[in-house]
Amino acid sequence: MDSDLIIQILFAAIKTGTPLLFIALGEVICEKSGVLNLGQEGMMLMGAVVGFLAAYTTGNAGLGVIAAMLMGSIMSLIFAFLVLHLGANQVATGLALTIFGTGLSAFIGSGVVGQTLQGFQPIAIPLLSDIPYLGRILFQHDILVYTSFVMTFVLMFVVNKTRIGLTLKAVGENPHAANAIGIKVLRVRYLAVMFGGVMAGISGAYMSLVYTPMWVENMTAGRGWIALALVVFASWRVGRIMLGAYLFGLASIMHLVLQGLGWSISPNLLAMLPYVATVVVMVIISADKFKEKLLSPRSLGKPFDPRQMA
Amino acid sequence: MIRIQARTEPSSLMKVLSPVLAIVLTLIFGSILFTAIGKSPSQALHVLLIAPLADSYNIGEMFVKMAPLLLCAVGLSLCYRANMWNIGAEGQLLAGALGGSAMALYFIDSDSVFALPITLLAGMVSGMLWSAIPTFLKLHFNSNLILTTIMFNYIALYLLIWAVHGPLRDPDGYGFPESAMFSDATMLPTLFESSRTHLGIVFAVLAGVVGWFILSKTHLGFQIRVFGADEPAARYAGFSGKKLSWFVMLFAGALAGLAGIGETSGPIGQLVPNVSPGYGYSAIIVAYLGRLHPIGAILAAAFMAVLYMGGDLAQIEMGIPVAVVSMFQGVLLFFLLACDFFINNRLSFTNQATN
Repeated sequence: MDSDLIIQILFAAIKTGTPLLFIALGEVICEKSGVLNLGQEGMMLMGAVVGFLAAYTTGNAGLGVIAAMLMGSIMSLIFAFLVLHLGANQVATGLALTIFGTGLSAFIGSGVVGQTLQGFQPIAIPLLSDIPYLGRILFQHDILVYTSFVMTFVLMFVVNKTRIGLTLKAVGENPHAANAIGIKVLRVRYLAVMFGGVMAGISGAYMSLVYTPMWVENMTAGRGWIALALVVFASWRVGRIMLGAYLFGLASIMHLVLQGLGWSISPNLLAMLPYVATVVVMVIISADKFKEKLLSPRSLGKPFDPRQMA
Repeated sequence: MIRIQARTEPSSLMKVLSPVLAIVLTLIFGSILFTAIGKSPSQALHVLLIAPLADSYNIGEMFVKMAPLLLCAVGLSLCYRANMWNIGAEGQLLAGALGGSAMALYFIDSDSVFALPITLLAGMVSGMLWSAIPTFLKLHFNSNLILTTIMFNYIALYLLIWAVHGPLRDPDGYGFPESAMFSDATMLPTLFESSRTHLGIVFAVLAGVVGWFILSKTHLGFQIRVFGADEPAARYAGFSGKKLSWFVMLFAGALAGLAGIGETSGPIGQLVPNVSPGYGYSAIIVAYLGRLHPIGAILAAAFMAVLYMGGDLAQIEMGIPVAVVSMFQGVLLFFLLACDFFINNRLSFTNQATN
């Protein structure tokens, strides 16, 4: 394999990993507050279709992203209300959100299936893109990829170094103790869930505005679910999510790599790769029951009712 | 002034009323939606819910759609009762269709009376295998069942697509990704003349009754219920969580597998890439709507089958995208979860002045 091909593969792995990175960053914040939102796939699809529709009608891809972010946050608010206010089961509510989003996105997008648009164009960053090898892999992407780089580092800083991060972790680890020292647990969780929705929206917009600039039913193909596995893979650490997203991105384009190498394996079998990889990774990561318990937010998935004591 | 008060005991009336209320709220939501997109709400609701039951042929079609939904939902009800979050009915259904169809194609020139039972068995075993792997991974490697079963749904789908493009493709099929048509010996017999209703609905109702019997009348069912309600208590009583988990997962896998082979050996008659319009996912809603009760699932599956047919009719007659069905399903589950709030809480009307 020559270096040119390797550069192209790594470039594509980053591009493919970017939607996973966005959505998993949102989900990790949500989970750190103690809320498990299985509605990622639904929020992402809604982001994709609304982003596409907005960009298609206005001709402005930037407006598409903003619309997708808004849509994602609205979707997440439905979830937050049911789970946080009504104490509904998080697993069932998340599933409902995914089923709802899958249906609603197909419903409102049925008129524009197959239409294409001019999405975001790549921007080569001056100087940085001239770095040999790395420049071509990292700095010849579109604006959303750069946004995801910045987001990752900002979130790493916020979660690990600021009071906001501390509050978030307090709520996720022990909501009753957090409540006792005056933190508004439900408000923090609302914000965390909404952040997840906004990120899922951007992630969807990336799919329909950049990755394949069009709208197709179910175009996210399970990425919302893979993102949930990615959070486990990253042991709820922001920095590791970036690494994981690109590894999964690489697994998703393996079929191109193998075809490039001249292997003849059915594309339908190779299409299973990201899903198989997800299962394998989860088995390896979770096998140590004790370790996982130690790393995951302690109140994850458990409702918090301020009227009750711990 | 209206206040929310916690009930001292869960309301058993609300448990039954909540699904009915949720359906009514979903219909109201639907009417508003149809008005908003400029369709007549009364016509839309008529097409969605009444027209599907207009004549005997359509009622037969309802049974055709009800069979896979009910088979999957009965298994899921038991799983969820035991706190096993199996989201993999869709994949187990597809695996059943794939494994069963491979067997049906093996019997393509046969007229043996054993061909059909062996084909169905192959479907059930394939479905069980597809649920056994995630179960094994959960029990021995602590992996998240929700995520593994979801991933296995996608893997099953691509495996099936690969099979109809490759080894199971009809050699005389002009290259279409479809298997050959099955022989009559491996087809489920239809129940009535001039209807596609087949034996599958009998299996499904039977599964509901068996599920009810296991859950309500056996020690195993008692253990499942205790385990779901209070896991520490169940462990204290010495119930084996592993054994229960294996049982509910294999039971669900077998039923979903039967649902899959029931489609290819039933209304479809061959293996095609799109065996299921998401029956395995809808079955999750059916299970909840039926209160995780196998008999409740029968009613819920009938409702869901009507909704599926209504979706097809709405597309043909009113140009409403068929995706409206899965959107309604999501809304229905939202309303159900919201209404369930009132099982443990109630509104109390108090006069603020006297307080």
